[in-house]
Amino acid sequence: MNSTVRDTPLRSVHERLGASMTDFAGWLMPLRYGSETAEHNAVRTSAALFDLCHMGEIAVTGPEAGAALDYAVTGWPSQLAVGRARYTMLCAPDGGVIDDLIIYRQAAERFLVVANASNTAVVLAELQSRCARAEVADETAATGLVSIQGPNGSELLSTVTDIPVADMKYYAGAYGKVAGRAAWIARTGYTGEDGFEIFSAPEDCEPIWNALSATVSGGVPPAGLAARDTLRLEAGMPLYGNELGLDTTPYEAGLGRVVRLDKPDDFVGRDALAARAAEGPRRTLIGLIGGSRRVPRHGYAVLSSSGNPVGTVTSGAPSPTLGKPIAMAYVEKDAAGPFAVDVRGKAEPAEVTELPFYDRRK
Amino acid sequence: MSVPGELLYTQEHEWVAIEGGTATIGITEFATQALGDVVFVSLPAVGAAVSAGEACGEVESTKSVSDLYAPVDGEVVEINEELDDDPGLINAEPYGVGWMFKVRVTDGQATAGGLLSPTEYDALTKSAG
Repeated sequence: MNSTVRDTPLRSVHERLGASMTDFAGWLMPLRYGSETAEHNAVRTSAALFDLCHMGEIAVTGPEAGAALDYAVTGWPSQLAVGRARYTMLCAPDGGVIDDLIIYRQAAERFLVVANASNTAVVLAELQSRCARAEVADETAATGLVSIQGPNGSELLSTVTDIPVADMKYYAGAYGKVAGRAAWIARTGYTGEDGFEIFSAPEDCEPIWNALSATVSGGVPPAGLAARDTLRLEAGMPLYGNELGLDTTPYEAGLGRVVRLDKPDDFVGRDALAARAAEGPRRTLIGLIGGSRRVPRHGYAVLSSSGNPVGTVTSGAPSPTLGKPIAMAYVEKDAAGPFAVDVRGKAEPAEVTELPFYDRRK
Repeated sequence: MSVPGELLYTQEHEWVAIEGGTATIGITEFATQALGDVVFVSLPAVGAAVSAGEACGEVESTKSVSDLYAPVDGEVVEINEELDDDPGLINAEPYGVGWMFKVRVTDGQATAGGLLSPTEYDALTKSAG
C-alpha cells in the first residue's frame, strides 16, 4: 500500500463542507458529508456532485492507438466513433480481469482510458507493454474529475457549459467549457442515474465544482464514496475487488458482452476467454434481496436450502431506494434457490432477483 | 465532537447514564459519525440478563455492522421501541431520543466501576480519530 496519501485538488472544498474523509486507494477522499442516505437519495431524485479525482486517466495516442488498444483490451476501441465511450475490460492472458475501464475516443488518434484508482499503476504498466505501437501516458496527476449525477444533472450542467449537453447521447463525450474552463464532458457515471463526468485540469476543478454547485440555490449537495457505493450496487454495477478480480472472467460477472470475440485480430486473453465462453461460466453472479433487516455483507457465505455453502456475497448494503438489504453474490453455477445468507452465524433468507436492483428507465 | 459531562462511557463507544440503579445506554456521537447512517438496531429482549462486556445486540449502518455491548451486569428493563421504525434517531440525537436500552443494574454495581469518565473518553476518541 502507499504510505503517502494524496490529496485531491478539491481538498479545501471538502473541508469547508465538513466531509468525513477516508483513505481510498492512496487518496484522501470524502466518504460522506452528512447523511450518506440523503446523498444517495439526492442522486436518485435530483442531483449531487462527486469528486472523482482519484480515478486514473491514461491517454493512448497515435495513428495506431485504436489498433493497439484492440490488442490490449477485450473490447473493440478502434471501432468507436470519435466522441463515444465504451465500458471494457483489461484481462490477463488467462482471462482474469485486471481492471474494468471506460475508454473515450476523444479524437481520431486519441483515446482516454479511465481506470480504477487502485489499479491505475498496473493498468498503465499493462498498456505500456501491450500498446508498443502507440504512445501511452499517465495523465492522472494532470487531470481532475468532477461529476454531477442525477436526473437534474443535464439541466443544471447546461446552465454553466457552452456545449449542448442535453442533446448528448449516453456514453458520449465532447470537448467544451464548464465555468469557462476547458473540459472533456462525458455523459457517463457509476450511479445508475443520468449524469456527467467533467475532466479538466486539476486547478480548474474547484471553479467547475463551485459553478455546478451554484446552479441551485442553497447549492447542489455533494456526495461521497459511501453513497457512490450504494448507488452502483443498486444499479448492479460491479466493483473491482468485489465482483471483479484476477480470479474472475467477464463471463462469471455476467459481462460477456464486453468480450468482442468477433473482432478479427488477436488480443490478450482471447484463447482463454473463447474457451470460457464455450464452456460457460463456472460461477454465476446473482442479485439477492434480504428477507430480514440484517444485511448480507462482502464475504458472507450464501447457503442452499439444505444449509450448505454454495457461494459468497461480493457486495451488500442496505438499499436506500428499496428500503431492504441488497447483495450481489457468486454462487456455483448449478446452485438453485431458495438461498439464505449466513449473517454472522444465523441463516437469513434471501430472495434471488434479476439485476439491476434499480433501473431508472423502469 | 460532543461528549456530555454528565455521562459515563465505554471503550466500545457507548454511553451510560446510571440513575436510581438503572443504566440507560446508547452509542456516542463519535460512534455515529464512524458508522454513518444507522439502518437497523437489534436490541436485547426486555427481561434478558446481560453481562458487562458481552455482546447483546448489533447496530447495522450503511457501511458496516457492529456489536452492541452491555456496559454493566443486570436485567434489561426497557428498550427504545421507536428505533425499530426510525433508527435514524440514533444519528439525529445519539444522547437523547436515540437511546437504546435500559438495564437494572445488579445489586452492588450501581457505580462507575470499569466505565470511563467524560475526560477519559474524550482522550480515547482523540487518540482513535
